[in-house]
Amino acid sequence: MLRYILGRLLSLGLSLIVASLVIFTVIEVIPGDPAAFMLGLNADEATVAALRADLGLDGSKAARYVGWISGMVQGDFGTSYTYRVPVAELVSDRLWISIPLAVLSLILSTVLAFPIGILSAANRGRGLDYGIMGGTQLGIAIPNFWFGMLLVLVFAVTLQWFSAGGFPGWNTPLAALKSLVLPSIALALPQAAILARVMRSALIETLAQDYMRTARAKGLSRRQALLRHALRNALIPVLTIIGLQFSFLLAGAIIIENVFFLPGLGRLIFQGITQRDLVVVESVTMLLVFAVILVTFLVDIAYAIADPRLRRRA
Amino acid sequence: MIAVENLSLAIHGEAILRDVSFAMVPGRTFGLVGESGSGKSMTALALMRLLPESARTSGAVTLDSINLLDKPEAEMCALRGNQLGMIFQEPMTALNPVQTIGNQVAETLRIHGIATHADARDVARARLDRVGLPQIALDRYPHELSGGQRQRVCIATAIALRPRLLIADEPTTALDVTTQAQILDLLRGLVEEEGMALLLITHDLAVVADMADHVAVMQAGEIVEQGPTPQVLSEQRHPYTRALFEASDHRPTRTPRPLGAPLLTASDVDRHYPGPRTGLLRRGAPVKAVDGVSLTLKTGESLGLVGESGCGKSTLTRALLGLDKVQGGEIAALGNPVSPAMPNALRAGIQVVFQDPYGSFNPRWRVDHLVADPFPLLDENPPREDRRRKVGEALLAVGLQPSDMDKYPHEFSGGQRQRIAIARALITNPKILVLDEAVSALDVRVRARILDLLADLQDRMGLSYLFISHDLTVVRAITDRVMVMQAGRIVEQGPTEQVFAAPGHEYTQALLAAAPRLPGYARPS
Repeated sequence: MLRYILGRLLSLGLSLIVASLVIFTVIEVIPGDPAAFMLGLNADEATVAALRADLGLDGSKAARYVGWISGMVQGDFGTSYTYRVPVAELVSDRLWISIPLAVLSLILSTVLAFPIGILSAANRGRGLDYGIMGGTQLGIAIPNFWFGMLLVLVFAVTLQWFSAGGFPGWNTPLAALKSLVLPSIALALPQAAILARVMRSALIETLAQDYMRTARAKGLSRRQALLRHALRNALIPVLTIIGLQFSFLLAGAIIIENVFFLPGLGRLIFQGITQRDLVVVESVTMLLVFAVILVTFLVDIAYAIADPRLRRRA
Repeated sequence: MIAVENLSLAIHGEAILRDVSFAMVPGRTFGLVGESGSGKSMTALALMRLLPESARTSGAVTLDSINLLDKPEAEMCALRGNQLGMIFQEPMTALNPVQTIGNQVAETLRIHGIATHADARDVARARLDRVGLPQIALDRYPHELSGGQRQRVCIATAIALRPRLLIADEPTTALDVTTQAQILDLLRGLVEEEGMALLLITHDLAVVADMADHVAVMQAGEIVEQGPTPQVLSEQRHPYTRALFEASDHRPTRTPRPLGAPLLTASDVDRHYPGPRTGLLRRGAPVKAVDGVSLTLKTGESLGLVGESGCGKSTLTRALLGLDKVQGGEIAALGNPVSPAMPNALRAGIQVVFQDPYGSFNPRWRVDHLVADPFPLLDENPPREDRRRKVGEALLAVGLQPSDMDKYPHEFSGGQRQRIAIARALITNPKILVLDEAVSALDVRVRARILDLLADLQDRMGLSYLFISHDLTVVRAITDRVMVMQAGRIVEQGPTEQVFAAPGHEYTQALLAAAPRLPGYARPS
């Protein structure tokens, strides 16, 4: 097991190095000079050059890469061209919204998806299964911004249980949490629908295995056999999807962030792109890549916990 | 004690079992024999009430004069694992891969509320000791055990509560002969010592002859004959019993003729695999799957290669077919060196038939497409009309009709598919045919007909066979010479009859001793 974890850590480190090189190169080749963009069309060349020097854009590429990486390791992500504040500060503000939102949505979608998927698989081919499958199809098909707006209409405008948007900050934890409820529901629903379908198909495949028959021959009821033997065996594909969903929820929530006026990571990166704020784009992308690779690492560890056969592979 | 009375079973309205009746006595073994699809397993599942939901049963299965077929599901759960235990054919997949074996054995006790967690582990330990696994720790996982060990674990889970009836559905079919002999010994001991009744389901008459006190012969969902085993097997009153018996050690008629020049030769062939990782960059010593093997196959000869799973038969076969690179020695076929880079024309001269008549065809291709598949190996790919004519001829040669070429594989039975596989191998007019467990998945009567076909093809076309099998009876029936392989080496070889009659190497002796044999009853005419 220890060797397995070390192996995964090694692959984590290598992935980070490759990813940082790719990100740096891609950002380098994007057309458009941030200095020229910030100063407008009529700026004279001397001013642009001065600003370039000021932004640290005039060094050699290798030096800039090394500077970028060593800065990031020390928590210095550079200074945003447009906001003129440290990127670390910008990002950490946004993370305090994006991470709780992603975690909340993921918990919600998992809590919804597991029982639904299990129920559906246990009643395969019956009315309940068809009903659930139809429902999840709808859950996948409904665009989440529309669903978010619907939630606002019902629970904020009509019932007035929640606010329609905005974020009060974590100084008032309850209010902060409350403001994340509707957006996380809007985010979780389609994810839950996908996860429930994955859970169902993984379980159905597992239920047909020989060891399920052995379990029944031991005297386990259908339900006991499913919960004791099928569930853990069906977890591998489900864990894979959960890992992918977390990465998506972290940065892909931009539309929902806009619907609910939440200043999250998605919005930050979107603004960074439109304003050619390359330092922000570069750093946030790297941060997201780091998050995705970290989640992949955790999912790999979870695989090994779920399935002893994987522990020996490095 | 446990009686089955007029048991009938239908699934989706189709009759699977008809009026099946028999009785089992404690401390005795009852054998149920028949070919695949005869309803043996369905009978067992009906006893356990583990049939698919769409199944409809009638009749009675009585335990202490209570009809199990009327019991509510909850009461059946209390009986299963407690009064009725069952083990299955495939030990590799019958255990939950993510649970330790200790937990899986202990679960039988805990699910029935017989023991606490700690007690259950003690009993699990005792039961694993009883089935011959004293050295295996409770916290091992199934993938860390061999097939025979896994089957022992399955038996331990099934007998954890000393059930009154143990149902064993083809318990040794997936195992090697020596392992089979051990497992059968274990079952025999359990019946004697624990006094349980054993329902032994098998397709193998020799196993039944060896094990069962009573036997019932099943055909198409009915018991056609039953009685004390020696009586049923010696009298063979029903034609089906007789047919099974004859097919079980059927020997095709082969015309003896002088052997020609060597066609396929191997000298000192080594095939090594990289060893398992022992560190991030280190590997253990390489695994010598084939270790210094030499062989010669002459024109018109039929050469057998026997050995247990993992002995290197398949690895050697792949090397002889030029599919893998060898690490030492040389292989030559038809006068040319064999290697992965060998020309197609040489490949056309050596063709192969594999074991699985279901897995070795692309299900979306028609038979003409399947059989014509090796044509590109020939220097000149025949024109379309010629191809269809040749496919038709090949199908005729293996006992099928040319009109079959427009069908899909799923429209054929297992035996017919194996005929298609042979037709595909013959289409390039090869000189050498490699038969890798080619009849192992077939029922005895089908197997007998395929062996006849192979003997006939050899006579007509002068083919040379390399016949690889774990089944000694089959090898004895079809080969002139035999080689015995153990742990990558050939430990004994010689004329087949001589090796079988007077085995020289102790491994060969062990193999032959372990193989269940049909008693030599006088055949009623």
